[in-house]
Amino acid sequence: MPTPLILYKIFKAGRVSEAPPEADLSLRTRVQTLHADILKVFGQALAIRHIDAGSCNGCELEIHALNGPHYNLDGRGVKFVASPRHADLLLVTGPLSRNMETALNRAYDATPEPKWVVAMGDCGCSGGLFGESYATRGKVSSVIPVDVEVPGCPPTPIALLQGILAAVSPAGGNTTDPDAPGRANE
Amino acid sequence: MKIGGHDWPLEPFGKHIWRGRMESGQLLAWVRAVREEGGQLVALWGSDDRHLDGGFGIHAACLTSAGLVWMSSDLPADAPRYPDLAHIFPQAGRMQRAVYDLLGIQAIDAVDTRKWLRHDAWAENEFPLRRDFSGHSPAPLAHDTYPFIRVEGEGVHEIAVGPIHAGTIEPGHFRFSVIGERVLRLEQRSGYAHKGTEKRFEGMDLATGARLAGRVSGDSHSAYVWAYCMAVEAATASTVPQRGIWMRALFLEIERIANHLGDLGGLGNDVALSFGLMQFWRLKEDWLRLAARLFGHRYLFDCMVPGGVAVDIDDPGKAELIGLSHRIETEIRQLKAIYDEHATLQDRFAHTGVCQPELAAQLGLTGLAGRASAQAWDARVQFPQEPYEQLNVSMATQRGGDVLARAEVRFSELHESLRLVRDILLRMPAGALHAPLAAVSASCEGLGWVEGWRREVIVAVRIGRDGRLDRVHPHDPSWRNWPLVEVGMPGNIVADFPLINKSFNLSYSGPDL
Repeated sequence: MPTPLILYKIFKAGRVSEAPPEADLSLRTRVQTLHADILKVFGQALAIRHIDAGSCNGCELEIHALNGPHYNLDGRGVKFVASPRHADLLLVTGPLSRNMETALNRAYDATPEPKWVVAMGDCGCSGGLFGESYATRGKVSSVIPVDVEVPGCPPTPIALLQGILAAVSPAGGNTTDPDAPGRANE
Repeated sequence: MKIGGHDWPLEPFGKHIWRGRMESGQLLAWVRAVREEGGQLVALWGSDDRHLDGGFGIHAACLTSAGLVWMSSDLPADAPRYPDLAHIFPQAGRMQRAVYDLLGIQAIDAVDTRKWLRHDAWAENEFPLRRDFSGHSPAPLAHDTYPFIRVEGEGVHEIAVGPIHAGTIEPGHFRFSVIGERVLRLEQRSGYAHKGTEKRFEGMDLATGARLAGRVSGDSHSAYVWAYCMAVEAATASTVPQRGIWMRALFLEIERIANHLGDLGGLGNDVALSFGLMQFWRLKEDWLRLAARLFGHRYLFDCMVPGGVAVDIDDPGKAELIGLSHRIETEIRQLKAIYDEHATLQDRFAHTGVCQPELAAQLGLTGLAGRASAQAWDARVQFPQEPYEQLNVSMATQRGGDVLARAEVRFSELHESLRLVRDILLRMPAGALHAPLAAVSASCEGLGWVEGWRREVIVAVRIGRDGRLDRVHPHDPSWRNWPLVEVGMPGNIVADFPLINKSFNLSYSGPDL
């Protein structure tokens, strides 16, 4: 039985989780539409649906990394969900391929209001090296409304988390609120 | 050059790389000869050569006993056609369909002529890689239909999955025909991540081309950039300083280690051993952070440039990397012991998603998945480019062809790559990191061939007289392995698909281009 080995390994590795970063409100591209008092309740359990709308898979590497033990997402009440119908926030990577345009629109429509969209990576923010062409629409905001853009190729997990937190921060950027998202269970 | 018992007019085109041209009517005899001696078709692509006073071109890269052969045929401008190769190498089927979608070059008598990369973003009679393609601004979306092959009978039903999947993975569609839980047939549809990469290369300068090549499939960044650089350096007859070459090998092995660590964690997670995920991803994160600290990027993006590399490593950096490689090696040994003895994990891994060696050989399964099905090919071993000829890489193989075998190969390759990282660091020659490329005065071409963590990445490059890229075809090994996922699935249960898919971990963006 490997159970003692597993327990030993867990004990030896210890806790590697780190304190969360502050929201980076400069990444915001749209004004927060939800009132702070609603956000206070709502933001504590943030459900994210990731949509790869044509990425090179570099951004996906960092989304995976964000789900690793250093970032303790679950512990902060943030989790990735399997359906847009369960999601509060869509995390979209691009460049937005034309072959994904219909699927992205459907996923956006299937996400219940209120919802946020975070465009991830240089390609999701601007089209990146791929730009606009016969095959791509470039940036995500050319097709659906985007609340936060996180540039980078790919953005680091910290930068991504700062962008996600910016999406669900109150309009004034009250990130010191102890009940604000990213503070749960700390 | 003798291949398959016949002599072929081939010219040396780089280390273990050969160039040949023939009438399109001879192509069939050529690929038969390759098949006869146990070789494989690796890549098939087309080109529009009308601006170079030609017609169209069809190009096949084949793995032979002599190395990699890039064979080309000129096709007439008015009716570009070539013989179907898919009845000899089944993996050519999807490539032929993509060649048609992008260039309108037709495989004569091909059985499957359905569209592949084209969905509804451009019309059936338009071909984006033709020079006179006008559709630079997006055409309105039409209604997209695709004739999946239907399985009929009592109790059979279809499960349609994707293009958006439940997890954080790339877009693609899988159509399962099932009875109860058991899968009768799986059919994949791809092309969702098609972003016009090849068109984008046209007219690009050589340095920007390297950055784009590295983003064909981000998880194989170093493999792609190296293959691209190798092609450009061959085309321009440029020399790379020794230190630059050794640094490239260092980056390639760092990339292999990062991906294998991630996959081994993911495989544990797919059988509900989240302990495995957290432990392996802890190690991967440590590895990525050290890469960021030493080289400025977690995934080494843009660390390699035409002519060499852009970043160096100093002695303290070497010591840190060697130190971490030792620690990871110790830890994965402990984790391997846990995986080996974990009954649930072993039960789910063993006999799941089996690709028998015979089938793997027939259908051209390649890379680490191929090596897990007794297909003993590794370019670093059989056809080593610099500096691998001095590194004595040991190849990992298994015969089982199941998820377990693919995990075992990853464990072995992890150990070998950690050893290689240390070996490379200790033997790193001094000197310059890069040298300027030689100037271009005439149209020229080159081919790069690199054993990435998934398998060989090939990049074919043609540079125009103006010194800018004229035609680039980057080829992902996933082209050849995706059909095997379809084949490995029947008889398994739907719930094992994520595990089987993960055990191959193929790229969508790479072949979608």
